[in-house]
Amino acid sequence: MNGKHVRLQFPLKTFLLLSISILFSSSSLLAQDWVRTGTNLGVERIRLAAADFKPTGGDPQNASLKTVFDTTLYSDLKNAGIFNMVSKSMAPPQTPGGPQEINLAAWSAAPASAEMVAFGALGVDGGRITVQGFLFDTKNPQTPQILGKQYADTASEENARHIAHRFADEIILRLGGGINGICETKIYFVSGRSGSKEISVMDYDGADAHAVTHLGTLSISPRVSPDNSRIAFSSLGKDGWSIRMYSLVLGRPVGFTSPGGTTLSPAWSSDGAKLAFSSSRTGDNEIYTSDASGGSLHRVTAFRGPDVSPVWNPKSNSQIAWVSGRTGLPQIYLMDADGANVQRMTDGGYATSPSWSPNGQFLAFAWNRKYGPGAPGGQDIYIMDIASKRWIQLTHDSGANDFPSWSPDGRHIVFQREEGGSTNLWSMLADGTEQQQLTHGGANSMPNWSWK
Amino acid sequence: MQFSSRRFFYHRSFTVVASVAALIAVAGCHKKAAPPPPPPPIANTAPAPTAEITVTPQAINPGDSAVLTWHTANANEVSIEGLGQVASSGTQTVKPAGSTNYHLVAHGDGGTADATARVTVNTAAPPSNNLSESEIDDATFHQNVKDVFYDYDSYDVRADEQSVISQDANFLNQHPTVRVVIGGYCDERGSTEYNLALGENRANAAKQSLVTAGVSPDRLRTVSYGKEKQFCTEHNESCWQQNRRAQFSVDR
Repeated sequence: MNGKHVRLQFPLKTFLLLSISILFSSSSLLAQDWVRTGTNLGVERIRLAAADFKPTGGDPQNASLKTVFDTTLYSDLKNAGIFNMVSKSMAPPQTPGGPQEINLAAWSAAPASAEMVAFGALGVDGGRITVQGFLFDTKNPQTPQILGKQYADTASEENARHIAHRFADEIILRLGGGINGICETKIYFVSGRSGSKEISVMDYDGADAHAVTHLGTLSISPRVSPDNSRIAFSSLGKDGWSIRMYSLVLGRPVGFTSPGGTTLSPAWSSDGAKLAFSSSRTGDNEIYTSDASGGSLHRVTAFRGPDVSPVWNPKSNSQIAWVSGRTGLPQIYLMDADGANVQRMTDGGYATSPSWSPNGQFLAFAWNRKYGPGAPGGQDIYIMDIASKRWIQLTHDSGANDFPSWSPDGRHIVFQREEGGSTNLWSMLADGTEQQQLTHGGANSMPNWSWK
Repeated sequence: MQFSSRRFFYHRSFTVVASVAALIAVAGCHKKAAPPPPPPPIANTAPAPTAEITVTPQAINPGDSAVLTWHTANANEVSIEGLGQVASSGTQTVKPAGSTNYHLVAHGDGGTADATARVTVNTAAPPSNNLSESEIDDATFHQNVKDVFYDYDSYDVRADEQSVISQDANFLNQHPTVRVVIGGYCDERGSTEYNLALGENRANAAKQSLVTAGVSPDRLRTVSYGKEKQFCTEHNESCWQQNRRAQFSVDR
């Protein structure tokens, strides 16, 4: 170590730093460019107002159910990710209850400047809730009506929320490029800490969370079937981990022949006919496929090292992405469903928990690009365009993030975030924006978004 | 056993079938060498259900659990006394307070079948009494059979752990009736599912090393715990090293 050496090194270091930062900034610019999710995310958003609904009944329940309905409808439309929502404080003072009562000019003028208005009336009478909902286009005053819907059900908070979800989904379907909304979807997840973990379920927005299984052991990796009739999951018994199946229709466990050994991470094909999972029946965890009851078992991988967490390409069901430790730290790989054409997708670090986007184009996964003993790197959610292997990072500098799962509209991703000793579920748009915390209990993990 | 799986039919034609069955039974008593009785002549042509149930282990200590495994066929309603309705085939962990008969009944269109499995709960005997090697106490076992530790993200048994494996194998070879369950554990870092697969590989690597050292594989069972059951909960390397291990326990 002499002075000359140090002087020589300094400009070289500066040059390296400069070129790295140029490379980095140009790649992050490109990252803005190439993502085309095909989900109307990123196009210019429609400016939409959701008016408070007009109460039409004298029932004392009317006010509280109307508050639930108004709040749910507004947050559903905001969560959709395709609207520029008019703040409630900018709404004109008069509350329209029907087509005769709306002053479209007042809604289209500043400060609301709404292009579309959702409004209507909500009444509670004799234990029944009735809702009339309308969607009007302020730019077309001659024939402004786009939607007119009527709903009736037993009066309860749950039904007020449910009706708001249904009306929101109608609006999203009409204005969001014909893609079904997700307001009536569910998220399955694991609740509880070590010792006992059960499979739970909640609405897409975190409401109405409750346990599904009561097995008193460790049950993890819930995956709901495409028709919402069953959940496959992995459960610890006396002889280790096996795949179990729970019928949401019958409300009890149903038969599944788990192939023996440590059997983990089930995944449904999008036609509901097949499962892929990881089993150590030969001593080393490999990927297998079977039919929906565990029959017709096929081994797909055969390579020393852990192979786990398979997912099917939901467009074709002819490819599987999974996690393999065959070269050391776990990486994401892709292969045909018969095991041919294996290709590695990630180029290093610690990559796990793939989830395949509904349109077949992307993989979401958890990646710690600087992982290693002593390295302080973060575990974040990434998505990768499969054809080009280009990726972008969706979460930054907030806890350890894992188990991303796509919503059926391809616009949202739910994931787990471990931060400050507690683990909770979060959702975000598929471009990483609008991250919001869905659970607050501190022991919720491994979310799985239902298919519809 | 043969008797308990004999089928009884007691739907609409209960009395008719019962008397036919009684006749057959009486006829069977007269000639011991007679061929097995023909299937009961009933109008119902649906296949008769079958039922079998087993329990492992058949005898447990108080507070321990046993696993019931049952299979039925041609049944549309299956129940186990004390557990209620169950799936047509399945397994369930039970923890009876006293010795219990688990009576499985399968109803189908073709009749009813049943089977019984018994779990004997050992009455708490003083440990000095009747000490067989399979009931070796945990303290002695853990003094002699030490855990094996692994490097980060690795399931290769390290060179410096080979002497531990040799000592473990020595003890196990001297006590050939002791059965062992090998738990595979990982540190808290990384992803749940991958760590369970890695834990399985660690347990399995320890098992293979013991087998190489002469321990019969039939005595060894592996269970992965991944990062689900942390032994040490601090977030530093010394703690992580304690968690990256294969742990041996007596398999009771």
